[in-house]
Amino acid sequence: MIKVMNLTKNFNGFTAVDDISFNVGEGEIFAFLGPNGAGKSTTIKMLTTLLKPSSGKLMVNGFNPLTQQDDARRSFGIVFQDQSIDEELTAYENMEFHGVLYGVEKETRTERIKQLMEMVGLWSRRDDYVKYYSGGMKRRLEIARGLIHHPRILFLDEPTLGLDPQTRNNIWEHILELNADDGMTIFFTTHYMAEAEEVADRVAIIDHGQIITSGTVEEIRSSTSTSSLEDAFLQLTGRSIREENATSMDRMRLRRGVRR
Amino acid sequence: MIQTIYVMWLRQLKRYWRSKSRLIGSIGQPLLFLVAFGFGFSPVFEKAGGVDYMQFLVPGIVAMTILFTSMFTGIEVVWDRRFGFLKETLVAPISRTDIMIGRTLGGATISVIQGLVVLLLAFLIGFRPVSWFSILPAVFFMFLLSIFLTGFGTAIASRIDDMQAFPMIMNLLIMPMFFLSGALFPIDGLPSFIKLLVLVNPLSYGVDGLRATLTGVMSFTLPLDLTVLAGLSILVNLVGAWLFSRIEI
Ligand SMILES: Nc1ncnc2c1ncn2[C@@H]1O[C@H](COP(=O)(O)OP(=O)(O)OP(=O)(O)O)[C@@H](O)[C@H]1O
Ligand SMILES: [Mg+2]
Repeated sequence: MIKVMNLTKNFNGFTAVDDISFNVGEGEIFAFLGPNGAGKSTTIKMLTTLLKPSSGKLMVNGFNPLTQQDDARRSFGIVFQDQSIDEELTAYENMEFHGVLYGVEKETRTERIKQLMEMVGLWSRRDDYVKYYSGGMKRRLEIARGLIHHPRILFLDEPTLGLDPQTRNNIWEHILELNADDGMTIFFTTHYMAEAEEVADRVAIIDHGQIITSGTVEEIRSSTSTSSLEDAFLQLTGRSIREENATSMDRMRLRRGVRR
Repeated sequence: MIQTIYVMWLRQLKRYWRSKSRLIGSIGQPLLFLVAFGFGFSPVFEKAGGVDYMQFLVPGIVAMTILFTSMFTGIEVVWDRRFGFLKETLVAPISRTDIMIGRTLGGATISVIQGLVVLLLAFLIGFRPVSWFSILPAVFFMFLLSIFLTGFGTAIASRIDDMQAFPMIMNLLIMPMFFLSGALFPIDGLPSFIKLLVLVNPLSYGVDGLRATLTGVMSFTLPLDLTVLAGLSILVNLVGAWLFSRIEI
């Protein structure tokens, strides 16, 4: 479903994604893990046509996101790490807007919007402006919105960030159901290792733009002789907090500043 | 395709309608110009043997309203980028031309509404068109001018990610466009180098078209005004669609 070959992304001389390759099969639940600034969101943006790779090959549902943009776009749904809803509209209007953009027929649209908004517990608040929503409610709305057009692939960039355990469980339950029933492929990132451990069929760990390991949770645990994914993660990526990224960004800015 | 353009248009209108401060704020300035210039210069103008200055000025002020509203609509793109909503439209399986057209039509509709409000206020202070039927072609010109200017502002906005920079760049463009368009004074007797600037200024053709339809007075010809504005509208929208396809976030 997703093929990535020697993918690289440079931002003004800083390499955010460095020659990575991996595949995700149809119907698979794939966790893309890594410390802050590892290059996870950048990879997702390239897969979803928002960024152009510096080099390498990509395939999403058999389509090249660079040359067959609309086919690729029709194939996936995405929940971004940072907000992407219109706060000046009501929750329902946001859902409706999305449904129309993706060409979902009126009848199906109405039905699915209701079902999804009930799933995330926002149906009774559908006519509220999003600007009056709490952070968690906005998150829930974004997840519901990404599912309206029944995508073949669902990209989730830290979907459960800031959600209470009830909602988290509820949403994963629904996503796993879609995965089981329709064979929807799930590509997600998270910083909750337990979450990845629980739902992911396969895991890849990326650090400093490079994939350092991939495999099933079981394989990763045994190769590092650890008992949990969190221990394995810490062993592989080290215990230091990622400030190198900040410094390399600063260095980059400095370099740019000097040139100017 | 029609549906996507329609929802994008509808979204713009809803946002506009819900923001009452924008509604009122954007009418204050033209009104001030109308009153200050209209009543201030009328005596001078008449002494110089010209026609009724208010009659001359109103089409110019309507064009000015449209100029400001349309160009500043582009800031919606900058906002959308800033607040993340732009991503939602960019990952959608719709052509970038549709995105551009949807945004342009939305902004243009708002501009025309603003222009009509100002025109209505002008009626209240004594402005009279040559005939009431001339309002219809005038609205058409307002729409055409709005499409060009909204497309222009939106295309520029697609390259800007700085909320502060956008208004500054816009003012840099808008001010010379406004003052060198014949909106405030007749262009016939101008020194030739200023006249040249007026002739390369697209707004001049909008002002002329509006003045011709509303009052019957013109410096160019209607077919010329029409051709220039229609041609530029198509051009900026094509360029805008291309720029949108190159946005990276
Ligand atoms: N537009 C950009 N311009 C310059 N540098 C960028 C840009 N986008 C991302 N980066 C840099 O690329 C690196 C990877 O960022 P990315 O957002 O992919 O990290 P991430 O793995 O998603 O991290 P997090 O877990 O914090 O979300 C970071 O160092 C970041 O500063
Ligand atoms: Mg990220």
